[in-house]
Amino acid sequence: MSINIVVCAKQVVDPETPASAFRIDSDAKRVLPAAGIPPVVNGFDENAVEAALQLKETVGASVTVLSVGSGFVMDVMKKPLSMGADQLVLVDDPLVADLDSFATARALAESVKKLGEFDLVLCGRQASDWDNAMAPLGVAEMLGIPCVTLAQKIEVEDDGGIVVQRALTDGYEVVRATLPALVTVSNELGEPRYPTLRGIMTAGRKRPTVWSASDIGLRASDLAPKLLLEDLFVPVSDRQCELIGGEDDADAGRNLALRLREARLI
Amino acid sequence: MSGILVFGEMNPDGLGGVTGELLALARSLAADTGDEVTVALQSDSVGSEAEEAVALGADIVLKVESEILAEPQIDAHLAAFEQVCRAVDPGVALLGRTPLGRDVGPRLAFRIGAAVAQDCVEVSVNPDTGRILATRPVYGGSAISRVSFSGDGAQVVIVRPKTFEPLDPDASRSGDVRDFPVTLDESAIRARLVDTVTQQAEGVRLEDASIVVSGGRGLGGPEPFQQLQSLSHLLGGALGASRAACDAGWIDHSHQVGLTGKTITPDLYITIGISGASQHMAGCSASKNIVAINRDEDANIFKSATFGVVGDWNRVLPSFIETVRELRDG
Ligand SMILES: Cc1cc2nc3c(=O)[nH]c(=O)nc-3n(C[C@H](O)[C@H](O)[C@H](O)COP(=O)(O)OP(=O)(O)OC[C@H]3O[C@@H](n4cnc5c(N)ncnc54)[C@H](O)[C@@H]3O)c2cc1C
Ligand SMILES: Nc1ncnc2c1ncn2[C@@H]1O[C@H](COP(=O)(O)O)[C@@H](O)[C@H]1O
Repeated sequence: MSINIVVCAKQVVDPETPASAFRIDSDAKRVLPAAGIPPVVNGFDENAVEAALQLKETVGASVTVLSVGSGFVMDVMKKPLSMGADQLVLVDDPLVADLDSFATARALAESVKKLGEFDLVLCGRQASDWDNAMAPLGVAEMLGIPCVTLAQKIEVEDDGGIVVQRALTDGYEVVRATLPALVTVSNELGEPRYPTLRGIMTAGRKRPTVWSASDIGLRASDLAPKLLLEDLFVPVSDRQCELIGGEDDADAGRNLALRLREARLI
Repeated sequence: MSGILVFGEMNPDGLGGVTGELLALARSLAADTGDEVTVALQSDSVGSEAEEAVALGADIVLKVESEILAEPQIDAHLAAFEQVCRAVDPGVALLGRTPLGRDVGPRLAFRIGAAVAQDCVEVSVNPDTGRILATRPVYGGSAISRVSFSGDGAQVVIVRPKTFEPLDPDASRSGDVRDFPVTLDESAIRARLVDTVTQQAEGVRLEDASIVVSGGRGLGGPEPFQQLQSLSHLLGGALGASRAACDAGWIDHSHQVGLTGKTITPDLYITIGISGASQHMAGCSASKNIVAINRDEDANIFKSATFGVVGDWNRVLPSFIETVRELRDG
């Protein structure tokens, strides 16, 4: 058995960008890319790539990575290929640069349809920019396929069924569905593998398939936002930290306990 | 199209906590719009929860009963709530960002073509338009966004749990309790929940603890978590962790605090070797007091901390624990 997997992966601002380098253009309501910090593939999407590659090893799979956006950094977007994915499809068009969840789902669903046969669509649990956790749900609805979110483990059975462990904060649920299906992947699935040198060389030779919005049959009017961004700003914290010192670290630890007792906190 | 519809969740001992929170929010919106507040309670059988919901702020309770709704089967609850939504035709639908609501809400919106906002922490009515304005943290909490819903269609708002306080139950409130018959069959369930495995840590629940002691990557390995565990026991609290510590396998993910872990609101939150990334703070910033032990004076955690020690936990922690023990005993 071999299955066709599409992994949806988004290029995002590096979430490890230090707070001091995190800037917003509040007029444009956009986060400005920090100088010298390249974007990354959304972390949970790397977990999804990892899930796909594990299935490739266990049941056999061809793995296509799909991304919608503009201003792609090719070295960044090729990372899933260097991890072992087979092909990369980019819908690269200013029209699909900043979409809301509804329009993102539409663009992803149309792209999956254009790709043709698929058994499993894998997504990250959420994109670390807007933290929506919604586009995959829309893709499943639009494709009319079963949907399981927050996977920490995915097994494909011989009869075309899948068994997914869905991570909850206190354990997990076991969910069963039949293919084709969409599954979103959480970090509990495990660390994504590092690209190997061979993987990087192979990826270097691969050319992505690039489509425009019109290639997937979408015009600007199809992509109009339903959710409107009114405001974007950086929160301010008004907390003042009282630093507790001492003769040395051990003394500071002792003083901390005494201070907390004084404040009636312990 | 008008009114506020709440997706009410039930748990074995009554209304789920989030339902009271949503009803409180619904009432505050209704005070501005004059709308009625309807709550759908979906289960195999709805009993005293209906009156409970009225006492917590509902004007109309719809008892949506079906054998299939006994479990948190997402597909079944979605199908039922879709039928409710089409019949009630609300201006606003409120759901909690729970394991059930986080999926039911957006999928419902995509089905009925409504706009939807996930993980909202403030929700109000724009007096000029009568439409909803919602505030939601984005970029892991590094930024805050305010969103509105285009057009004049239904607005689906998914609310971060533990953000709103339930109202005090008022037994004298009156409300209308009705049956809402749904037609559901097994074929509605395409992704079937077959088992639930709970991994609850012993002792105080992290979410309920008034003191939480958390460790991060700075601990360097699994062993120090035993010291943190005994400190949390000593204080009658619970043990937490950053995602980095959980991902490293030092401690189970059920201890994770943060955006994609648990939301905690203790009186005292003690962090050790945690840098205070926005995604971590997203789960603990409502703590009344935060204590940071971190050797990097520029660590972000000090921006949110009330008390801090800049130092190596290897040396700070033992004397801290010892003094806490002395204070307890003495
Ligand atoms: C979408 C998304 C969701 C996320 N969700 C969560 C979440 O729910 N919860 C969460 O926690 N994170 C979450 N993260 C991860 C988050 O961004 C950080 O990577 C993570 O919180 C860092 O954990 P940490 O503070 O333990 O590690 P680090 O950031 O590596 O910090 C370790 C700290 O320990 C200090 N230290 C080291 N040695 C010592 C010593 N000997 N003595 C004292 N101090 C020392 C260092 O100075 C440093 O500040 C998420 C990330 C993304 C992108
Ligand atoms: N522009 C995009 N291109 C490819 N995949 C995306 C895009 N936006 C969202 N996704 C997928 O949907 C998941 C959830 O995204 P979101 O709903 O935006 O939080 C991501 O982890 C990706 O797997």
